[in-house]
Amino acid sequence: MPDDPLNALYQELLLDHYRRPRNKGRLPEFDVCVEKKNPLCGDEITLQIDFDGDRVSDVKFTGQGCAISQASASMMTQALKGRSRTEVEAIARRFTEMIHGDDAAARDAALGDLRALAGVARLPVRLKCAMLAWGAFAEALAEHGK
Amino acid sequence: MSALAPRADFPLLAADPRLVYLDSAATAQKPRAVLDAIAAFYAHDYANPHRGAYALSARATAVYRAARERVARFLGAADADTLLFTRGCTESLNLVAGTWGRANVAAGDRIVVTAAEHHGNFVPWQQLALERGAEFRIAPLAADGTVDRVHLASLLGPRTKVVAFTHVSNVLGAINPVEEIVALVRAAAPQAITVCDGAQAAPHLPVSVDALGVDFYGAGGHKMLGPMGVGVLVGRRALLEAMPPWLTGGDMIEFVHDERSTWNVIPHKFEAGTPNVEGAVGLAAACDYLDALGMARVHEHGRRLATLAIEGMLRLPGARTHGPPAGAERAGVVSFTLGEVHPHDLSSILDAKGVCIRAGHHCAQPLMRRLGAGATARASFSVYNDERDVEALLAGMRAALDLFAHA
Repeated sequence: MPDDPLNALYQELLLDHYRRPRNKGRLPEFDVCVEKKNPLCGDEITLQIDFDGDRVSDVKFTGQGCAISQASASMMTQALKGRSRTEVEAIARRFTEMIHGDDAAARDAALGDLRALAGVARLPVRLKCAMLAWGAFAEALAEHGK
Repeated sequence: MSALAPRADFPLLAADPRLVYLDSAATAQKPRAVLDAIAAFYAHDYANPHRGAYALSARATAVYRAARERVARFLGAADADTLLFTRGCTESLNLVAGTWGRANVAAGDRIVVTAAEHHGNFVPWQQLALERGAEFRIAPLAADGTVDRVHLASLLGPRTKVVAFTHVSNVLGAINPVEEIVALVRAAAPQAITVCDGAQAAPHLPVSVDALGVDFYGAGGHKMLGPMGVGVLVGRRALLEAMPPWLTGGDMIEFVHDERSTWNVIPHKFEAGTPNVEGAVGLAAACDYLDALGMARVHEHGRRLATLAIEGMLRLPGARTHGPPAGAERAGVVSFTLGEVHPHDLSSILDAKGVCIRAGHHCAQPLMRRLGAGATARASFSVYNDERDVEALLAGMRAALDLFAHA
C-alpha cells in the first residue's frame, strides 16, 4: 500500500508532540539562541539553550511549521535536557543515522520518543523538516564551543 | 465536466494514468505538440540565427522570427518587435527594473507594488528603491484579493515612477482589473510606468496586452504549456527604444568602436548572445495549442474546477480557502488550509495518493504575512484536469483528516 509510510509516521506520539509540544517557549536566561528557517517551505524554529559547563541545563524552542518539524523539535529538547555535550552529540549522530534509514538506530532505546520519527527515512522530501531543529542545535553547540 | 484537452496529448500524464497533477501554477505539463516542435527545430532548421550568410542560418532566423510573431499574436501585441524573449517572467520584470528603473528612478521618487506580488515582481522593485533611495510602498488588497483601488489611488502622486502589479495572484487566483488600474495611474501619475506580471494570467485568460494598456507585461513560457527557460516581455516601443540595454554582447550591438558601442534596434537590443530559439519555438507551439482550445474556454474551465474544489473543501471540517469565494470570477488557483493538518503534512499525504499540490509560501511572503498564514496548500488547474482530479484532491484531504484524527 502506498499509504503505509504515512500511517507509520503520523502516529499518536508524533501528533501528541505536535499538538502539545514539550519545552515550547522562551528561557529567561540562556547562553545561546539560534534561529533557523527552511526558506523553501517557511518552517522556522528559534532554539534557546542554557548551559551549565558542558551540560544542557535547560532548553526551549519557539517556531511554526509542519507536524514533523515541530514534533522533532519537541522530542529533541526532551532528549537533550540535562545531558552532557558528549551525550547530546551521540544522540544527534544516532538520530541522523535513524532518519537516513539505519534500522539499528531506529530500535535504539537511547533515542526515546525520537524513534517515532524513524518513518521519515521513507519520505526523503521531509528529511529537511525533521532536521530543522537539529540544524539549529548543531549551530548552538558550535557557538557555545567557541 | 471533462478535461478541456485530452490527457493523451500530454506524454507525462498519459504515461501515468493515476497521476493527479494539480500544480500547474508552478509549472504546466507539456503537450506532445510542444515537444515535437522543439525536436523539429533541431532536426530540420538548426543553426545560429542572425549570423551566417547561408540558407540554413536564414531558416533558423525565420523560425525564430515566426515564433516571435506567433507569441506576440497570442498576447495581443500588434507590434512583434516590442516582444522580447527572456529567460522567464522573473527576468522580464528584472529587465524593466534594471534598465528603465535604473535610468529613471531617483532618490525621493516612489515605487508602488501590491501586497499580492510574487517575489519576482516585488524584490526587483524593493531592491531598486533601496539602491536609489526611492520610497517603496505596498498597496493593500481588498477582501476579494484584488488590489484595493481606493488605497492604491491614494499612493499615486507626482513622484510616483513605477506601479507594478500582478494580473492574477499566484496564491489567491484573484484577477486584477488591469484597465482600471492603468486608468488610475494615467490620471494620478501620468509620468509613472505600469508593469504587469502576467505569469499566472497568460496561461489562464485571454490576454491582449495592447488592449490592457500597460507599459510592460511579462509572462513565462513554462506555465503556458511551453518549455522552461523562456519568457517574454512586451513593452511600449517608445520606452524600449529609449531604455538602456540589459545584457551586452553579441547580436545586441550595431557597431562596436574601440571606446564605445551603439545598439541594435529592438527587439535585438535586449537579446544579447545566441537566443533560446528552442524555447521560442516551443512557446509558439504552446500558443497554437492553447488558441486551438480557445482561451475563453481555458479560463472558464479553470474557474469551474476551482469553484468545484472550493465547494468541496468548505464541506470538510476545518478547511478554509483564501481568495475570491466559490463561483466568483477567478483563475484556476485555490489556496487553502485544513485545520491542524499543516500544508506540508497534507502535501505528503496527498503525494502518497498520487496527488501533486504545492505547499508553502508560494514565493509570496509579503502576502502570506498579511494573510496571517505561515504556509498554505495550493491546488491549481490546467486544461488537462477534470472533476475526477478535484475528487481525488478532496478524498486525499478527507484521508489526511482521518490520519490526524486516529491518534
